[in-house]
Amino acid sequence: MAENITYRQALHDTLRAELLRDENVLLIGEEIGAFEGSYKITAGLLDEFGPRRVRDTPICEEGFTGAAIGAAMLGLRPVVEIMTINFSLLAIDQIINHAAKMHAMFGGQVRVPLVIRTPGGGGQQLAATHSQNLEVFYAHIPGLKVVAPSTPADAKGLLATAVRDDDPVIFLENLALYNTRGEVPDDDHTVPIGTAAVTKPGRDLTIVAYSRAAVIALEVAHRLEEEGISAEVVDLRSLRPLDRPTVCASVRRTHRAVVLEDDWLSYGIGAEIAATIQEGAFDYLDAPVRRVAAAEVPLPYAKPLETAALPNAAALTRVIREVLDATGFTPRPTPGRTRLGDP
Amino acid sequence: MTSTTSGSQTGPDREHADRIPAADDTSGPEAEALRDYFRQMTLIRAFELRAAEMYTRAKVGGYCHLNLGEEATCVGLMAALRPTDYLFTTYREHGYALARGAEPGRVMAELFGRTTGLSKGRGGSMHLFDTRLRLLGGYGIVGGQLPPATGAALAISYRTAPGPDSEAVMCLLGDATTNIGAFHEALNLAAVWHLPIVYVIVNNQLGMATPVEAAAGEPDLFKRGCSYRIPGTRVDGGDVLAVRGAARAALEHARGRHRPVLLETVSYRLRGHSVVDPARYRSAEETQRLREKDPLPRFRARLIDDGVLTEEQAARIDAETEQEVIAAVEFADASPPPALEILFDHVYATQTANTPYGLPGDPLPCDQPAPPAPGGR
Ligand SMILES: Cc1ncc(C[n+]2csc(CCOP(=O)(O)OP(=O)(O)O)c2C)c(N)n1
Ligand SMILES: [Mg+2]
Repeated sequence: MAENITYRQALHDTLRAELLRDENVLLIGEEIGAFEGSYKITAGLLDEFGPRRVRDTPICEEGFTGAAIGAAMLGLRPVVEIMTINFSLLAIDQIINHAAKMHAMFGGQVRVPLVIRTPGGGGQQLAATHSQNLEVFYAHIPGLKVVAPSTPADAKGLLATAVRDDDPVIFLENLALYNTRGEVPDDDHTVPIGTAAVTKPGRDLTIVAYSRAAVIALEVAHRLEEEGISAEVVDLRSLRPLDRPTVCASVRRTHRAVVLEDDWLSYGIGAEIAATIQEGAFDYLDAPVRRVAAAEVPLPYAKPLETAALPNAAALTRVIREVLDATGFTPRPTPGRTRLGDP
Repeated sequence: MTSTTSGSQTGPDREHADRIPAADDTSGPEAEALRDYFRQMTLIRAFELRAAEMYTRAKVGGYCHLNLGEEATCVGLMAALRPTDYLFTTYREHGYALARGAEPGRVMAELFGRTTGLSKGRGGSMHLFDTRLRLLGGYGIVGGQLPPATGAALAISYRTAPGPDSEAVMCLLGDATTNIGAFHEALNLAAVWHLPIVYVIVNNQLGMATPVEAAAGEPDLFKRGCSYRIPGTRVDGGDVLAVRGAARAALEHARGRHRPVLLETVSYRLRGHSVVDPARYRSAEETQRLREKDPLPRFRARLIDDGVLTEEQAARIDAETEQEVIAAVEFADASPPPALEILFDHVYATQTANTPYGLPGDPLPCDQPAPPAPGGR
């Protein structure tokens, strides 16, 4: 059985299910109680579970994130909500210098079963400090796990796995995804951390993406299909650990790769993907790997500037065409030949 | 309503004890000044109501936090500040910018994201900045303004001796912002470095939906400077003269002695946290009670009772400020949106080689060495 629900609902339902499943699970964050969360993910949970399990905090990201780490050391399984990833910068010392280090640095004696849920993303005219995609900061850090689901089903499956995982997991959400809908299995659905998904098979080119960008990649791939271009979409789902085999296997089949990412270009997630492909599929490549990422500017508030700075479907489509053209590709417009599910 | 603490009761250092700034200057301002305060408060009210309307009409984007209910605090604090003083504020700052002297058209243009806006359309509602007014920013990250404001006070003390002519810094923050680390780090620095700064806690009783008592271990916020021996004062933020008096005293202390002061103003947020927040967490009775505490009709009635303002004058001020706000909207709407060529302007102040100026999907500039490009792309 499956139901068609929003990404927001999938997160809400999973938090509720995990609170019911395990008494050690508790939610910690700003305005997650009476206010029901800035993006209403925790709606109704204070009423159902009470303030012991659904804990509002003062505005003190460093303090409550660190406190969650300490609670996790004693075996609680806190799920922290940081309103947006921008505010996680105030907690980054606790996350990187403490949560990520403890298990290793103390010789495996302590575990930190902690989840930090936080949305990233621009495009809402929230200006430079409220629109960032900083996941690479965390993806860089050994000791952390970083997941970034793009669909309601993966949101559910990865959140359940993250809560049950014994390591600190950064769970990246996206402002633009909360209202998106999809089929979600209504059983106890989990998705393993560290595995990518091929969300659309294809033969001519691989698009690698994650989070919101994976949704755009899929839309573009379906549209190109009508022109006889068969693009495969790899949705990374996990940024650390990174599923390099799935990425490389795809590119070995398609011989071309484009990365779509919402973060800034230099030193971004796409740089890691491009390096992986050149090492793991160099002999199979017909063209250089290209990246479509955000313009390297503190995101302006003004709508036209904001739009110009952010990657979108049009830019992705243009780059795909450039890559195909440069390698003498001619589309084969045979309707029905390369549809989804027809590898 | 005025409460004070010297912040030094528990320590051997009695230095501050006789220098507590007190909110006593509520008498004798010119009637003209009073009418001007009423005019400014009315302008802020009209501006904010119109900003909310423009938000719902999608002329304004992002987040939009209003000063509705805070007008007396805006005007009283700004009246105490000299043009040579510096102001750091939060994201809830339209009213402060207006009371500091910003043209309503340029504030509205910022909300509309136009280059004629106070921050050239790059910052939006939360990030107003004007060097000329020494308004050194609205800040959207809670507590973000506190350390830089403290550093501005360091620059003043670095260059100038304490005294009546010294400049000073005023740094605004919300009640809930007293719970973040930056507040405590900044206050401590200002205390040990002897800095000329007044931290003003604009206590509107709520951080989003969280009441002060639920978030602050010491809900008497003006006492929160005690651990740094910073004297604190609380004043009725709905009383423009009381606010002005308390702020003047605090600034006098800060500039005269180069010592930090904590001032708490108590006001009421008449609407939700931002335009999109319907404030369902507040009961109907509470909302009704808030309306009764609205500082604007209170001040109007008081001025009319005292014979400072006539009904006709008040009506004229209403009409004129309304016109000003309509003109501000027209100015903003008529201002051109920014051209795409300026996207990379101001990313850096100093141009250097190989700065990345690519748009999404542009190929990497691996072939030609890129010279510094003055002024952008
Ligand atoms: C570091 C950080 N955490 C959280 C937020 C989200 N946020 C914006 S305003 C706000 C409440 C602040 O309340 P208060 O300081 O009382 O100021 P007010 O909005 O009432 O003027 C919160 C939690 C933020 N902007 N920055
Ligand atoms: Mg407040």
